Amino acid sequence: MYKINLLKTLTFLFFAITISVGATNNTDQTSSAEQESPVKNLKIEIKEYINHHLLDSYDFTFFSYTNDAGEHKYVSAPLPVILIDNGLKIFSSSKFHHGESVAEVDGDYYVVYHNKIYKTDALGTIESDEAHHATNEKPMDFSITKNVVFIIFVGLFMLLIFSRMANSYKNNPMPKGIGRLFEPLILFIRNDIAIPNIGEKHYRKYMSYLLTVFFFIWIINLLGLTPLGVNVTNNIAVTLALALVTYFITTFSGNKNYWKHVFWMPDVPWPMKIILAPIELLGTFIKPFSLMIRLYANITAGHIVMMSIIGLMFVFKNWIGSSLSFGLALALALLELLVAALQAYIFTMLSALYFGSAVEEHDHH
Amino acid sequence: MDKLIEQFSLGLFFWQLILFVALVLLLKKFAWKPILNAVNDREEGILKALDEAENARKEMQNLTADNERILKEARVERDAMLKEAREMKDSMITEAKSEAHAQATKVIDQAKATIESEKHAAITEIKNQVAELSLEIAEKVMRNELSDKNKQIKLVEDMLKEVKL
Repeated sequence: MYKINLLKTLTFLFFAITISVGATNNTDQTSSAEQESPVKNLKIEIKEYINHHLLDSYDFTFFSYTNDAGEHKYVSAPLPVILIDNGLKIFSSSKFHHGESVAEVDGDYYVVYHNKIYKTDALGTIESDEAHHATNEKPMDFSITKNVVFIIFVGLFMLLIFSRMANSYKNNPMPKGIGRLFEPLILFIRNDIAIPNIGEKHYRKYMSYLLTVFFFIWIINLLGLTPLGVNVTNNIAVTLALALVTYFITTFSGNKNYWKHVFWMPDVPWPMKIILAPIELLGTFIKPFSLMIRLYANITAGHIVMMSIIGLMFVFKNWIGSSLSFGLALALALLELLVAALQAYIFTMLSALYFGSAVEEHDHH
Repeated sequence: MDKLIEQFSLGLFFWQLILFVALVLLLKKFAWKPILNAVNDREEGILKALDEAENARKEMQNLTADNERILKEARVERDAMLKEAREMKDSMITEAKSEAHAQATKVIDQAKATIESEKHAAITEIKNQVAELSLEIAEKVMRNELSDKNKQIKLVEDMLKEVKL
């Protein structure tokens, strides 16, 4: 846990720096970038790149480069955009040309501005208020974005691996192939997470969720670290969905004893019961909320720090600094491998703990 | 926090929720249930096999103990039989001895009784013969003696003296 705290501290420091730097430079990036020194320009480019990397996008970009003529070229696959705006509208994201042009669909015009789709006119005007927030109408956006594609990919990958593993048990009681790797993990989740936290009696019905959430977070975190992988768990929407499932399972499996502990804490004087009830009720929301934030913050932090250190190699441009950054980036990459598994473990562990408190029967304090 | 809310994408949330729940259900049906069942079955099988081995070991022990017990019993029985035979022999000898002794005593007693009765008979006969002889002698003597009066008297007197004896 010490390492995680260290990482968090690092991240917050980094956040503070980027935000303060960003605040000064945000207003007139393009004009100042041309006038400033090339190093400043590079720094801004790195920051922009990191921000861009962390965001979802409407097409699956493998890489981008600037050609000799100074044009920015993207090597990418377009993805379907699904909007609900006076009916269902489905079109290819290639119409946006990587956010550089206005897409016209059935007489309506849409534009991508700060990674969000806005309704606009033929010229693509974006009206904004004083705080630089766009005030254009936002259609309901259910697009199959890069992250959604990656979630589907990981889902299919898991289905393939684990159903094959399940099949290998049909004629052989011992695990085969990939099952040799996963069976100890499955047993670990059953014996060291589910049974101690939920109890021998009830653990079975939560196993499917615990196993899926563990392997989903772990695999998607690991793949997020690969060059072509997409970092999915740094989206608050994804972690919210996961935490919400935990919340609903906890709430719906809560027995009489659980609700009694929430609303009318036994064995304390009655004024305390009244004080404790709202706190406990709030606690039921805070628990999954902390799950959401923890996963999101750890993964985002790891990626920001790592990319910043990789960016430092290009900023230093000398033997000592760049090689130091390289060493640091390598160490961090290894740490991120650990964090990927650790976060999956923590999420699963805490979910099991919450389920356990919901089904706990005996009355001890 | 502001940035977080601004970044929040309803579409991504929607897809993640749908896909994840679908993934949980699909994996439950096609992977977790068969895997966990297989693992449980295997564990139960191992426990059962261990149990059976333990039982077999115990049975083996019981068998050995049984064998030993039976052997011991057989030995005891043999000893008992030998003892009994010896006792029987002894008792038979004793019985035979006592019977023989009794028989011998009986025979001796009978013989003694016969001898006694024979002796009595013989004595009686001798007595009878003696009496007859005496009578004959007496007759003869009497005839001889009774010819003279004095001699008769004297004889009676002698006889009377004799009777006293």
